[in-house]
Amino acid sequence: MDMKRDYYEDIQLFESGVVLFWTIVLLGFLLTFPLYAPSYYIFLFNLIMVHVIMAVGLNILMGFTGQISLGHAGFFAIGAYASALLMAKLHLPFFLALPLAGFIAAFFGFILGLPALRLEGPYLAIASLGFGLTIMHIIGRWDVFGGRMGIHAPPLDIGIPQLGFKWVLETDVSKYYLILLITIFMVVSARNLMKTRVGRSFIAIRDSDIAAEVIGINLTFYKTLSFMVSAFYTGIAGGLFGFVLGFFDPFTFTLILSIIFLVMVVVGGLGSIMGSICGAALITYLQYNLLKNVAEKPIIGDLLVSISKKWFTVIGLENFNSIILGLIMVGIIIFEPLGIFGIWIRLKKYWKAWPF
Amino acid sequence: MLGQLIIEGLAIGACYGLFGIAVVIIYKTSEVVNFGQGEMAMFSTYITYHLLTAYNVPFWLAYILTMIFAALLGMLIELLFLRPAKNPNLLGLIVITLGAEMLLMGLASWKWGAEQKEFSLPFTVLKTHEPIKGLIINDWSIAVFVTAAVLMILLFIFFKYTKLGIAMRATQQNQHAAKIMGVRVERVFSFSWGFSSFIGATAAMFFAGRATLDPAFMMDPFMRAFAASVLGGLMSIPGVVIGGELLGLIENLFGYLWPEWKPIVAFIVIVLVLCIRPSGLFVKHYVKKV
Repeated sequence: MDMKRDYYEDIQLFESGVVLFWTIVLLGFLLTFPLYAPSYYIFLFNLIMVHVIMAVGLNILMGFTGQISLGHAGFFAIGAYASALLMAKLHLPFFLALPLAGFIAAFFGFILGLPALRLEGPYLAIASLGFGLTIMHIIGRWDVFGGRMGIHAPPLDIGIPQLGFKWVLETDVSKYYLILLITIFMVVSARNLMKTRVGRSFIAIRDSDIAAEVIGINLTFYKTLSFMVSAFYTGIAGGLFGFVLGFFDPFTFTLILSIIFLVMVVVGGLGSIMGSICGAALITYLQYNLLKNVAEKPIIGDLLVSISKKWFTVIGLENFNSIILGLIMVGIIIFEPLGIFGIWIRLKKYWKAWPF
Repeated sequence: MLGQLIIEGLAIGACYGLFGIAVVIIYKTSEVVNFGQGEMAMFSTYITYHLLTAYNVPFWLAYILTMIFAALLGMLIELLFLRPAKNPNLLGLIVITLGAEMLLMGLASWKWGAEQKEFSLPFTVLKTHEPIKGLIINDWSIAVFVTAAVLMILLFIFFKYTKLGIAMRATQQNQHAAKIMGVRVERVFSFSWGFSSFIGATAAMFFAGRATLDPAFMMDPFMRAFAASVLGGLMSIPGVVIGGELLGLIENLFGYLWPEWKPIVAFIVIVLVLCIRPSGLFVKHYVKKV
């Protein structure tokens, strides 16, 4: 929307002084947040940041490369199990285990990317969906992974145990700062990646893969690369997710989780990094806070309980969040297919053109 | 023993095929992959359950009432969710239908709770016959075979000779051209959704009669049926039934050898088949124009 006059204007990290200012305000808020927030909200923010990393990764695949994945819960699970097991069984230091978990997920992304080269549309959707279910099933069957009982994440030790240097993060606040740093790093790298040759190739493939091939983009390479990058991001997010939750089992990573991931990206806005952040924050807040125990919320809770008593069942009220999620999914496509990002663009246009 | 496995596999495969027909009918006319199909069928089955238990309606009356409800539900979802969307792309359609799925699942678990319920059909798996020595076939399988066969013949006639069937095929080939020729495309969509929901609900009752009824019970069968229709190419009705039978057979034989991997064999088959023939087994692969 804003005119770019030269190449350097396009690749710079902050588009203008205003963006820089608000970024600093946001960072300042995030850095001081634990000082005045209740402890539950810190846990929630940890979850949000994990989901932000995941949503950015999924957006690279769906929003920037135009592929569809309904199996990202699988990569998420791979990341969570890989980082937890590498640390617990092999005693690797955290800063080695986490990238390794990401690379393992990326390897599986490569495997999923291979059939994806020939598939498109609904066929790709079913293949990725099957992938996610298969991963969950394998993990549930194998005893190394704790089977159906699930496993506990090891203590989050960010030192190097081999050198006798221990630094265990126990509280949510300390985890918060660690995850915040990683999240900022991942988001900024994703943004920069999209300004490079690789990112622009992704976008060209999204807009038209045949045209992209004609101008000399290697489809095989870039499509699998997109899957790998996306899986890497999701693997990292999964690795952190394990430590945030502390305990997880195969049933954490169901098809519903893949759908929730999809919703985060779509609600945030396809092809927008900032949108993914907003989408992940909004959906995580709805899923893990606002609609979690909806019966105990003021005003609306009593109303819903009385509705439940009259026409529905009170036990079933905990499924209320999936009704809201479904309505959001339908509504976002009908009213604003570009999600929060689209709303933002519309507001900006309105503001700029006012009073016309 | 092998014959028994084959019969069982064919029976469950026919059920996948039956449900796959519902997926295919919607895809055939409107090119929408309906991820909400399973939950639409699940909701209709719950309506039957409710009629049977709360009001003590005889089964066949409940069945007819449910089928009317199912058709209306399909039409309503098309009318409320898909029609207002302005030229959605494939991802948009997937998100809308997944949204419908979540919505229906939430409503069903709110209304009936998440616990498993018994659902009794007039055709049970317990009542068995032995036409040839050593080959046991139960009532449920016979009912599934008969339904699938009758439905296939009816659909063949429907798509070949009736006005509406030809209109549906025309809509699938080129929506705008069909509109110019005087086909009310919206009405065709609405009809195909209702019709598909009706077939899906019938198949879901078979699934519920075999296992139990809970809000997530159609997720697995839906994915298998979807895999079966992908195997058949998402477009042809004989294709989806053959795909379902193949899937049922492979799954049952494989499941006998390695029971713990039975749930995922369908997807491995699907991915392998798609790698070799990217548009399924029974559909010509068209090269896309830019």
